[in-house]
Amino acid sequence: MAVRKPPITTREYWAPGHAACAGCGCATALKLATKAFSEAMEEKYGDPNAFAIAQATGCMEVVSAVFPYTAWKVPWVHVAFENAAAAASGVEAAWKKLGRKGKILAIGGDGGTADIGLQALSGMLERRHNVVYLMYDNEAYMNTGIQRSSSTPYGAWTTTSPPGKYSIGEDKPKKWVALIAAAHQVPYVATASIGNPFDFVRKMKKAAKVDGPAFVQVHCTCPTGWKSPLEKGVEIARLAIETGVWPLFEIENGDFFNIKIQPPGGGAKVTREGGRIVAIEFKKPIEEYLKLQGRFKHLFKRPEAIDEMREQIKAMWKVLGVDVTLPKPEE
Amino acid sequence: MPIRTVMKANEAAAWAAKLAKPKVIAAFPITPSTLVPEKISEFVANGELDAEFIKVESEHSAISACVGASAAGVRTFTATASQGLALMHEVLFIAAGMRLPIVIAVGNRSLSAPINIWNDWQDSISERDTGWLQFYAENNQEALDLILIAFKVAEDERVLLPAMVGFDAFILTHTVEPVEIPDQEVVDEFLGEYEPKHAYLDPARPITQGTLAFPAHYMEARYTVWEANENAKKVIDEAFTEFEKKFGRKYQKVEEYRTDDADIIFVTMGSLAGTVKEYVDHLREKGLKVGAAKLTVYRPFPTEEVRELAKKAKVLALLEKNVTFSVGGALFQDFSRALVNLDERPKIVDFILGLGGRDVTFKNLDEALAIAQKALNGEEFDEVNWVGLRKEIL
Ligand SMILES: Cc1ncc(C[n+]2csc(CCOP(=O)(O)OP(=O)(O)O)c2C)c(N)n1
Ligand code: SF4
Repeated sequence: MAVRKPPITTREYWAPGHAACAGCGCATALKLATKAFSEAMEEKYGDPNAFAIAQATGCMEVVSAVFPYTAWKVPWVHVAFENAAAAASGVEAAWKKLGRKGKILAIGGDGGTADIGLQALSGMLERRHNVVYLMYDNEAYMNTGIQRSSSTPYGAWTTTSPPGKYSIGEDKPKKWVALIAAAHQVPYVATASIGNPFDFVRKMKKAAKVDGPAFVQVHCTCPTGWKSPLEKGVEIARLAIETGVWPLFEIENGDFFNIKIQPPGGGAKVTREGGRIVAIEFKKPIEEYLKLQGRFKHLFKRPEAIDEMREQIKAMWKVLGVDVTLPKPEE
Repeated sequence: MPIRTVMKANEAAAWAAKLAKPKVIAAFPITPSTLVPEKISEFVANGELDAEFIKVESEHSAISACVGASAAGVRTFTATASQGLALMHEVLFIAAGMRLPIVIAVGNRSLSAPINIWNDWQDSISERDTGWLQFYAENNQEALDLILIAFKVAEDERVLLPAMVGFDAFILTHTVEPVEIPDQEVVDEFLGEYEPKHAYLDPARPITQGTLAFPAHYMEARYTVWEANENAKKVIDEAFTEFEKKFGRKYQKVEEYRTDDADIIFVTMGSLAGTVKEYVDHLREKGLKVGAAKLTVYRPFPTEEVRELAKKAKVLALLEKNVTFSVGGALFQDFSRALVNLDERPKIVDFILGLGGRDVTFKNLDEALAIAQKALNGEEFDEVNWVGLRKEIL
């Protein structure tokens, strides 16, 4: 009987037994990321275990490394909230001196990356350390109880961006850290999503195999912070891609002119020029994404805020060189 | 053969780092210790030191990178001062808690505001509760020697704590003095290779470091840092003895000078100890029974030695380049704690002086002496005294 090869290794590095909430999309991201890393290390160095992790404080750290237990089957170190990139720099330098083959994976949430850790990230990228930095973007500080970060999207409720008489929720557009990372002209930068796990795995493998620094920003759902149904994480993440909220792209060597945009699916109409996507007509309105999440519930009484969101999404795509059309829901 | 030469304390620190052969150095410039990373860059650029030198974007990242490298299992070194050390503060606790034997050279400098680049000890004194070992050098030779000793003690399995070695801004960092550079082979014998059994990031034997601990375990983890500090007392003595055997220079946690029949003993640290020894000579010539003592080791606090010292004097006069607000200097607290339960103890008078690089002159010391003499004669005295204050500009 023929046995089909599993699409990704059955080896586990982020072991069952971590304490993340049920339905945590970030836990899924780390599970996939470490598997992808191991495959890349096997292909590149012949050793699936040739990597170590330096991780920032945040949900994914506190749920995986509570003394005297650990969910990690790979060398792992946590130092603080803002310095995963700097700590990873040190680990990488040490490995170099020890003559150890392999790659360092740094992991941080959006807070530990886009806000307090941005300087350390910039330093690590600029110095060209052989590190993949994985930013798992659940769009708020979840570990401290859902406060806004600079990666929180416009309009979202968080405990520090509450909607009210004078507030629509978070009132600033999202900061796009992947573009900041790409401005360092590092070998590889990508956005990914647990809504497209195969794409995410492919990108993680690619990141792990390049020589030098790489940055991957993965959009992952947090049912607790997003007030969304536990079982709908992947579906919600996929809707973010299919409605235009979350673009998937890759930038190599900081070459913004050759930015690779992935087609979003969901019936979107894609126009290419010379192989490059220049326009996307989305078919699904962003409301389909928003309505599954309690964090955007208040917006449905404020349609002008959702229109503003559409404008911001268009502007963001424009930076990527793509003209997008975002439909309104049919009345 | 050891080389006798002249150099600044910053260069001596860089030489010590070179001799200790760290595998990773991460540093960021700050006055007055900038020359340390500069000199190390040269060593690395010329192939005289086979290390990774990470030119980080801040001191916070310098110490974070050192923690990463040390957690990966290699000897690491950095240098800083003042605001740079303060920026490291958060991570200093982490390095100690994770039991990583990192060594920092600190060019002791004041803290802002007002911004001031000159010497006092407020920077490292403010880090006294991080769990780090602290050594203070009187001169450039000591800066070099104590860094080697700091590595030896820090990496001892009974200790496994990070260590900082302070040397005074400009007074030492930028002043050229005779220094003997020891033989590499002897240093290699003294230090040996660093082979950690507790901290490594090796895929062949994965471990998790820097975890979260619930109330059920946190206290015990902190206790081990306490215990390691206690263990360090003996280990430091052993290291001093071995150092003397190998290099011929003698160190003591508390170094005494003309204390045997002293009524008043001045106690201080760093380069001020040199001034005070001269001052003592000057007073002895006048027939005054005055001695001096220098704390070479500040953390772990040499409680036993301080108690021995206390037996010899009627008054301990502490000369401190730091302030603990509403208390006095940090040493005042430390000495009070060391002596409080003794049946017989000397009076302790505290002097805050030399902040922000102000010269400490014999005239200042005369002022301190006059107050110490009041205490000696049973007259009323102020426990805490700011010496050399320019009252006219207050
Ligand atoms: C210097 C510092 N400031 C604040 C905190 C508190 N803190 C810990 S985790 C965290 C938020 C983490 O958010 P993010 O990086 O987005 O990760 P998530 O928890 O969402 O996984 C905060 C604010 C800290 N640990 N250190
Ligand atoms: S709060 Fe969110 S990110 Fe954190 S463990 Fe729970 S689901 Fe995951």
